[in-house]
Amino acid sequence: MIPSQEARESIGLPNRWDFLVMPLVLALVFLGAWALRQMSAPYSWGSPIAISLDPAYLPYYALRTTLRMVLAMAFSLLFTFVYGSAAARSARAAVILIPLLDILQSVPILGFLSITVVGFIRLFKGSLLGPEAAAIFAIFTSQAWNMAFSFYNSLRMLPKNLYQVADVFHLSPWARFWKLEVPFAMPGLVWNTMMSASGGWFFVVASEAISVSGKTVMLPGVGSYIALAIQGRNLTAIGYAIVAMLVVIVLYDQLLFRPLIAWSDKFKFELSESDVVPNSMVLQALQRARFLRRLRAWLASLAAALLRRRPRRPQAWAQRLGQPFRRVTASGDRVWSSTVLALSAVSLFALGHYIAHAVPAAEIGRVFLLGLATAVRVFVLIVLASLVWVPVGVWIGLRPRWTQKAQPIVLFLSAFPANLLFPLAVVAITTYHLNTEVWLSPLMILGTQWYILFNVISGAAAIPNDLKEAAANLGLRRLMVWRRLILPAIFPAYVTGGLTASGGAWNASVVSEIVSWGPTRLTATGLGAYIAQQTAAGDDARIALGICVMSLYVIIINRLVWNRLYRFAQARLTLE
Amino acid sequence: MPDDSTASLLELRMISKSFAAPDKGSLNVLQEISLALRPGEIVAVLGKSGCGKSTLLRIMCGLTRPTQGEVLYRGEPVTGPAPGITMVFQTFGLFPWLTVLQNVELGLEAQGVALAERRKRALEAIDMIGLDGFESAYPKELSGGMRQRVGFARALVVNPDILLMDEAFSALDVPTAESLRNDLLDLWIERLIPTRAIVMVSHNIEEALLLANRIFVFDSNPGRVKAELTIPLKYPRDRESPLFRQMVDRIYSIMTTAIVPNETDALRAGRIGIGYRLPSVTVAQMTGVLEEVNLPANEGRVELAELAESQQMEVDDLFPILEALELLDFCRVAGREVVVARHGKAFVEADIRQRKVIFAEHLIKRVPLAGHIRRVLNERPAQTAPEQRFLRELEDYLSEEEAQRVFSVIIDWGRYAELFAYDYNAGVLSTENPGEEVA
Repeated sequence: MIPSQEARESIGLPNRWDFLVMPLVLALVFLGAWALRQMSAPYSWGSPIAISLDPAYLPYYALRTTLRMVLAMAFSLLFTFVYGSAAARSARAAVILIPLLDILQSVPILGFLSITVVGFIRLFKGSLLGPEAAAIFAIFTSQAWNMAFSFYNSLRMLPKNLYQVADVFHLSPWARFWKLEVPFAMPGLVWNTMMSASGGWFFVVASEAISVSGKTVMLPGVGSYIALAIQGRNLTAIGYAIVAMLVVIVLYDQLLFRPLIAWSDKFKFELSESDVVPNSMVLQALQRARFLRRLRAWLASLAAALLRRRPRRPQAWAQRLGQPFRRVTASGDRVWSSTVLALSAVSLFALGHYIAHAVPAAEIGRVFLLGLATAVRVFVLIVLASLVWVPVGVWIGLRPRWTQKAQPIVLFLSAFPANLLFPLAVVAITTYHLNTEVWLSPLMILGTQWYILFNVISGAAAIPNDLKEAAANLGLRRLMVWRRLILPAIFPAYVTGGLTASGGAWNASVVSEIVSWGPTRLTATGLGAYIAQQTAAGDDARIALGICVMSLYVIIINRLVWNRLYRFAQARLTLE
Repeated sequence: MPDDSTASLLELRMISKSFAAPDKGSLNVLQEISLALRPGEIVAVLGKSGCGKSTLLRIMCGLTRPTQGEVLYRGEPVTGPAPGITMVFQTFGLFPWLTVLQNVELGLEAQGVALAERRKRALEAIDMIGLDGFESAYPKELSGGMRQRVGFARALVVNPDILLMDEAFSALDVPTAESLRNDLLDLWIERLIPTRAIVMVSHNIEEALLLANRIFVFDSNPGRVKAELTIPLKYPRDRESPLFRQMVDRIYSIMTTAIVPNETDALRAGRIGIGYRLPSVTVAQMTGVLEEVNLPANEGRVELAELAESQQMEVDDLFPILEALELLDFCRVAGREVVVARHGKAFVEADIRQRKVIFAEHLIKRVPLAGHIRRVLNERPAQTAPEQRFLRELEDYLSEEEAQRVFSVIIDWGRYAELFAYDYNAGVLSTENPGEEVA
């Protein structure tokens, strides 16, 4: 067996993995190229694009939707590398960049879609690329901040002595980036990308069919298919779309993220092997296929040529770049931070002026009250979701076999775009004449509740066995076990999940407080509905007002509630 | 001075290094160090933790710039990472995502050596250091000893002029360190590597004596050269030989002269104030060492070398404990002997409750910070005080980090002595016993 394998290796004959992988790769390349060409088709603003409800078109729509996801991810990655390393390299840049990320994370993505659409359409005049870019940008904004944060944090955690190794062996800044910094950040980055992508499906569906100032753009994709089905009250078509989305997400996960996670495991900064090593059939096939190995070797030599140190002595700027987390002088720091403060004050003032000029004060007050309504809704929903999912999550997390099965399912549920299910809710509400203010609310958390469940499961699964045994050994009653062991142990994980769920719910409010089904339109009182209405009307000042108020609410709630809980958890409840 | 620069490979001239401490000047780490490295020698820098020896190595290879003084490598000032000087790190510093071969190739790749040449040289280095067969392994698959071999191969493959070793053996278990040390020495003696000089930093006296031609003993806070010794012993060195043992004892006594002997109370009070850097030592460690010294067979006095061996400790661990014991007047270090003091004897021979009483008494009397805290608490009506009060006071003398450390030491000792209680969550010190309010 072994000699024959070696013999085949030496002549370079394809092996059985090649037969499996080669068609797959070629098909993907072909499909991608073809769909890319479709994306840049000519288009004039306002002209309708024909979307068909025939399920035969669904694979094509799914392909277009997926391509948007992939492109958004690529741009997010690029952004992450540039932004994250800039923040990590210079303390001064970090003063601006990190709080800015914090704010950007709280801005409702779907709120400013209408503004960006107009901008991108002007940028790519006469081409479908305009609306495409706007949709991609919406997905990008749902992922990039997250990923950049993860990258920045990884760089901050990078052991200092590895930087010294890079210096002692004269790695150029470019080589150090690819050989040290990116690999170190890889596991966190891949994980974060996957979590962000699961949020991205929601936004891709919501951003494909968008109406601005009375005109509607419908990009070919699953989202538009659904929008059309909603207009035509076609439940069967919605069913088809749901099935198509299920298939797409499973494929995306299996073909992209599974292999990525298994591959990134080798970058984990650990000095002992862990027991559970993630694996992926696809990755195995990719690694064993011979033509890919050739391709990889060729790419590696190309990369090595690029990485080769060009300047013999690092130049001054490169040396400066080479010192992350440098201390800056106190006085220079003060000048810098006051400049930043002044600039942000000026821009804040300009924005306030713009809004106050166009919107009467009474309405501004009303918008704040609408924000309060949405805040109450989010709060109640988080509490309800916690009451349901914490016990369930703990139950699953304490049973390793269940945990292993449940984790991928929960991840899948969180990836599934909940807005596909909104029409079903409308049908239910109109059929049973339910109160829209109450019954539209659960839609907000439909997609994001899974983050609570997911995190609670992993928190419970991480409770050390000896603590469980000690509790049993001391004869703790059930209530005591919960109070003294389980709740404190899962708390840090729960906070992470709750924070994500709450942010996601705010974001979702823009599409879930106004839901339609054919001519029927259900509206709940809230800030999300306000933003959606102003978007449809194309009133820029009021959209800006809505977005500002929502961002403000999210930031304040994060600061006052979640960050405090998080710090408390970090200081008191982390194990070890 | 052309002669000067050809004679010495690397020269440090009056090197000082201080780190900026927020709000109050600077923290001196190294003070006026001058030394010259000659071709063909192994130099060891020996000292307790906090003597800045690792910083010294980083200055030598250009990773850190000294605050004052200059470093000359082959007569040229060192301003950045110097080519020709490589380092082996204490915690290996391997890239976990690269295989053994890729890790070893790292430096060559950065130099732009072509692939074929690179691979050949890396394989030779791997061969030489005894890593044959592990080329495709990842660091996490290797034992500590094998990992450090990768560290050596990576440093040697670039044919450095000077090899720096930063506690290169201290993360390894004893037999593993021994075999790696011997292998390195063989390469060195038989001139199988082109390296012309080695500088090692260590806190292990025997290790330095096994390898070095010259030893610099460093004093701490700030780090400075206390003594320079030339080691005339021939390789391979026998650690049981009388001459070797004699050298070990001599170095011990050089190192202990920092703990001031036969000091009058007045002098002592001047030296030890509130801001004294209490060593990070637990009461259990102190008790363990005292018990050993007080064993009937020892009759209350033990040689330092013997004590270190019986406690399986290295200088780094032993000296802080002795410092704490001397501080509390539980023992004295005289020359190279530790002698138990009267109160120390009473302490170890008492039962648990009695021990606490004796410890508390000495803590108040001999450690100004403890007495100060207790006084402040007594003066306050509620007998409580926030930790910030004392931390800020400590920061008058120490850096923020160091103040935190000293504070946590005094909390630990004070809790043991039941001098005061400390509420971690509230950050409040008080005189009450924990749990009293419940009863």
